[in-house]
Amino acid sequence: MTTTPVATTARPFSASELEALRADFPILMQEVNGHPLVYLDSGATSQKPLAVLDAERDYYLHQNAAVHRGAHTLAAEATEMFEEARASVARFVGADDDEIVWTSNATEAINLIAYAISNATAGRGGEAARRFALAPGDEIVVTEMEHHANLLPWQELAARTGAVLRFIPLAGDGTLRLDLLPDLIGERTRIVAFTHVSNVLGIINPVAELVEAAHRAGALVVLDACQSAPHLALDLHASGVDFAVFSGHKMLAPTGIGVLYGRRELLNALPPFLTGGSMITTVTMEGAEYLPAPQRFEAGTQRVSQAIALGAAVDYLSAAGVDRIAAHEERLGQRLVEGLSAIDSVTVLGPGPGRERVGLASFDVAGVHSHDIGQFLDDRGIAIRVGHHCAQPLHRRFGVTSSTRASTYLYTTDSEVDQLLEGVSDAIAFFGAHA
Amino acid sequence: MSTGDLQGLYQQVILDHAREKHGFGLGNGQAPDTASHQVNPTCGDEITLHLHLEPGDGSIGSVRWEGQGCSISQASASLLADLAPGIDVPGMRQRIDAFRLAMRSKGTIEPDEDLLGDAVVLGGTSKYIARVKCAMLAWVALEDALLKLPAAP
Repeated sequence: MTTTPVATTARPFSASELEALRADFPILMQEVNGHPLVYLDSGATSQKPLAVLDAERDYYLHQNAAVHRGAHTLAAEATEMFEEARASVARFVGADDDEIVWTSNATEAINLIAYAISNATAGRGGEAARRFALAPGDEIVVTEMEHHANLLPWQELAARTGAVLRFIPLAGDGTLRLDLLPDLIGERTRIVAFTHVSNVLGIINPVAELVEAAHRAGALVVLDACQSAPHLALDLHASGVDFAVFSGHKMLAPTGIGVLYGRRELLNALPPFLTGGSMITTVTMEGAEYLPAPQRFEAGTQRVSQAIALGAAVDYLSAAGVDRIAAHEERLGQRLVEGLSAIDSVTVLGPGPGRERVGLASFDVAGVHSHDIGQFLDDRGIAIRVGHHCAQPLHRRFGVTSSTRASTYLYTTDSEVDQLLEGVSDAIAFFGAHA
Repeated sequence: MSTGDLQGLYQQVILDHAREKHGFGLGNGQAPDTASHQVNPTCGDEITLHLHLEPGDGSIGSVRWEGQGCSISQASASLLADLAPGIDVPGMRQRIDAFRLAMRSKGTIEPDEDLLGDAVVLGGTSKYIARVKCAMLAWVALEDALLKLPAAP
């Protein structure tokens, strides 16, 4: 992962390759409301290939057992598969195995960091954890484009500790006001949390520049990689971020599994968030000693089948070629934003055609509410997202309460993007003609 | 859903009300008897509704509102503003209940025109579960406003 994550040398998928990929996703072959499904809501959740579904089912058919406890054969096999999945995910994002903590989703992962820092602030975790403790007046910096999941946990942490929450505002084209960094990130800054790719604007943020500014101030960097891990090649070690989070269900895996990445020395110094079984070395009636990461953050029975399925998902993505997926979606993203920009009364939120973006675009239609656009498109079997996409401050910044979002993935075709564009034009005619 | 159903959802009356919103605007200088602000958390749509009672018999004088949302929510508020004047408080509660019952029926209950007047055109919405909240927004606001009225002596 660098500031230019799209490997332009990679070839997009050919028509026959795309057809073969799509055959792995039976859900895409159905009709919805009498039309072939056009699924353009992968930014919300992706569809799942047979390889992932089979991996989860096979586990339940043949190995299902409790992991990291019990000495019988199935327990050993289940534990091995669970840890192999962790290794696959670690390789996929350029991390070491013990730097990958399973969570339910990215939201839980961010809350884990925030509450662990809270616990450190309360004096838990001893000498090693003191580096995380926040004092009144310390600053947490986020951006104006954050998903609520990367905003509210920091608001709450600030409220609990007396820290001050600040944010990097956006320029008119939706990019971050990096010119303001010297004023926003300074000696009181302790945490800088930002999204890698905006779930509304499709913008890829300059990770290297933000990491450098944060580290110069001695602050920790938390990267929300929900919209990048599924679509772009990541190298978390090379990026220098301290923590990163993402959700499995947006990258071909089932719901219920997410990832917290943390640099090893940080994870091992951070006090736990959830406590209970399977995360200790010794327990007395008075206290406990905790295992090193990742186990110290994995209290209780784990999401074993989902983790194994996420392992299968990243293997599938690697086999397809993450650089090729990025190239494919970059092309789709440009087709999408060029087409939308050419429609009268459509305003794309964020950068226009020709600017770097992933395969995702949100737009406002003058005089037609996003719910009405969404309903019209659904009538044609076209699935898109409407509403505020869990980013109300961002929408407020652009003077709208909601928008319509189309988002692609490796299985999306040019024809599907074109059907969306035609549908949007027809929706405008439908509501415009009546209005 | 076929295109025929789409036309059923977006009947001309609804699109007309979404454009020409009846009862829209709060700035008539009169303090309302009660008010309510409601938000649809799914989409961020919102409405502020003012209830004015007739000084004489305590029936509804007028419903005024401001807000933003999809054509269904806007038309629904507009139709409610047409329906409400002249109805007494228990009668309005009965109509809100009847409207909610029809909206939640997944298309199995035809709204009662004697009770709901032109608002029956929203009946088609009940087949679209995701849109029921849009249609209910103004009615929930009025229900909330009625609850805030001082108890009858």
